[in-house]
Amino acid sequence: MSAINALLQGVLLGGYYALIACGLAFMYQVMRIINLAHGSLVVIASFAFWLLAGRWGINPFIALLAIVPAMTLIGWALERGILERSLHHGQLVPLLATFGLAVVIDNLLFLQFGADPRSLANFIGSLSYDSWELADELYVGKLAVLIFVVALVLLGGLSLFLARTPLGRAIRATSEDPDVVGLVGIDAHRINAFAAAIALGTVGVAGLFLPMRGTVTPYSGFGVLLFAFEAVEIGGPGSLWRVLAGGIVLGVAQSFGALVHPQGFLIAGHSVFLVILIARVALSRSVLGQVGARLLRWN
Amino acid sequence: MSLLQTQDLDVRHGLLRAVRNVSFEVQAGDIVAFVGANGAGKSTLFRALVGAHLPTSGRVLLHGADVTGIPAHRRTRMGIALVPEGRRLFADLTVRENLALARAAGRKGPWEIDAVLEVFPNLAARIGHKAKVLSGGEQQATAIGRALMTNPDILLLDEVSLGLSPAAVDRVYESIRRLVAGNVTILLVEQDLDRALSVATRVVCMLEGRIVASGRAGELTRAEIIDAYFGSRERPVGSHDHSVGSRDRSVDSRDGSGESGDRPVNGATAG
Repeated sequence: MSAINALLQGVLLGGYYALIACGLAFMYQVMRIINLAHGSLVVIASFAFWLLAGRWGINPFIALLAIVPAMTLIGWALERGILERSLHHGQLVPLLATFGLAVVIDNLLFLQFGADPRSLANFIGSLSYDSWELADELYVGKLAVLIFVVALVLLGGLSLFLARTPLGRAIRATSEDPDVVGLVGIDAHRINAFAAAIALGTVGVAGLFLPMRGTVTPYSGFGVLLFAFEAVEIGGPGSLWRVLAGGIVLGVAQSFGALVHPQGFLIAGHSVFLVILIARVALSRSVLGQVGARLLRWN
Repeated sequence: MSLLQTQDLDVRHGLLRAVRNVSFEVQAGDIVAFVGANGAGKSTLFRALVGAHLPTSGRVLLHGADVTGIPAHRRTRMGIALVPEGRRLFADLTVRENLALARAAGRKGPWEIDAVLEVFPNLAARIGHKAKVLSGGEQQATAIGRALMTNPDILLLDEVSLGLSPAAVDRVYESIRRLVAGNVTILLVEQDLDRALSVATRVVCMLEGRIVASGRAGELTRAEIIDAYFGSRERPVGSHDHSVGSRDRSVDSRDGSGESGDRPVNGATAG
């Protein structure tokens, strides 16, 4: 039963990782930017939820209506102010720019809020600890299920948006060849700004659940970035659903790692990430791997 | 007023001056073939015309308006479209999506998916397939269709026969003839001289970034074009002498006569 429980908890944890990785993956797929400020931006959103709930008593789920649009505006400004300019100077400059942004955000948050951990648990009633009993000694947390469902809806909605809408098509085309979209009348900079806004919108949603699951401090951004990055890398390039797959693999690995040893949680997750990374590099050089990759692309 | 005009256009690739003081005019209904060896600057010139490559000096005028500093996406909406060398389709998008993308972002006009399928009937069965699984000929048809969906006044075709089988090239050129009949103004870069001359009304020969000969397809002789192509008679004297449309005929040659004694070239006699 404990193995089934570990599997179930791992899958649900994967939904959380997919949720926090969604914006990182989206921005990378469209703009080819690894946004090292991603975790810090999630933390900004978390503090915004905490402020609205703690100071003005606004229900965190209602606050989504204000914070998600605010984060999309930040995404637009981020693209126009930093990312677009840094993209002109090669791949290293956006990395450095977003790393610098992360440092600035973390320290500004520390300056404003101090080092105390904050949580939204007090503002969501029993949701933070309630669970359903599926079988004897097999429980699932209501919050974990909610996060998993939100991740499914978000990834599904984004996938549908990319597949079915003119803007989604333009985003996919821009991600494929930003130089050529101009030849069909599309402004690649504008599309990138839309993509950054959408990515930061998902960051807003992730920022809601981070302080619901646990606590958040001004320096929580690095941990968020690390797990989000691992989920994206394990899932690999392509469809957004791979982010969910990557998150689930990471979550299950951590869950089983904790089963083996109390401190095995993190080690198991990082180890799986490393093994998959090495395997991918090795396979990409082999004939078998190239055939497999070709087959995967023909989906 | 010319549909398209360049004035002393200079375009650089880093330190390389790829296009040098190029001036020419294109009138509505012209089919202009740009010929020249690899590296002559034809593709760079085309990219500069659509705004994908900004010139270092000179001007590009579209419908008489200076569009030199206007980026590609806005120029496309002003009525100029390029089918780039190598087709450059969005490989993970279907044929329909490639076409619809251009329809949504480009200029409004008569070109719809159905109209494109009339010109390229072989695409009808492939409309739901991703561009990356199409044959070379189908990809080229999709690329031309995508450009048409922006409803251009001028269509620029860069090496449309490159890498295609002879049968596929035949189909593409048959489609170009249909476009010509539909009064689309076309600028064409083509390595295959006979193919280019079979549809062109005017010919521009480029060498090392300069226009070295230009004139009506029926008046420039094949020998003159080949001489200009390989540079054996090339002596650029100034780009203003090479306006297409403003002058009917101009060949730079060492004897200055511009005559070779060879027969004139047109679609019927080339080859």
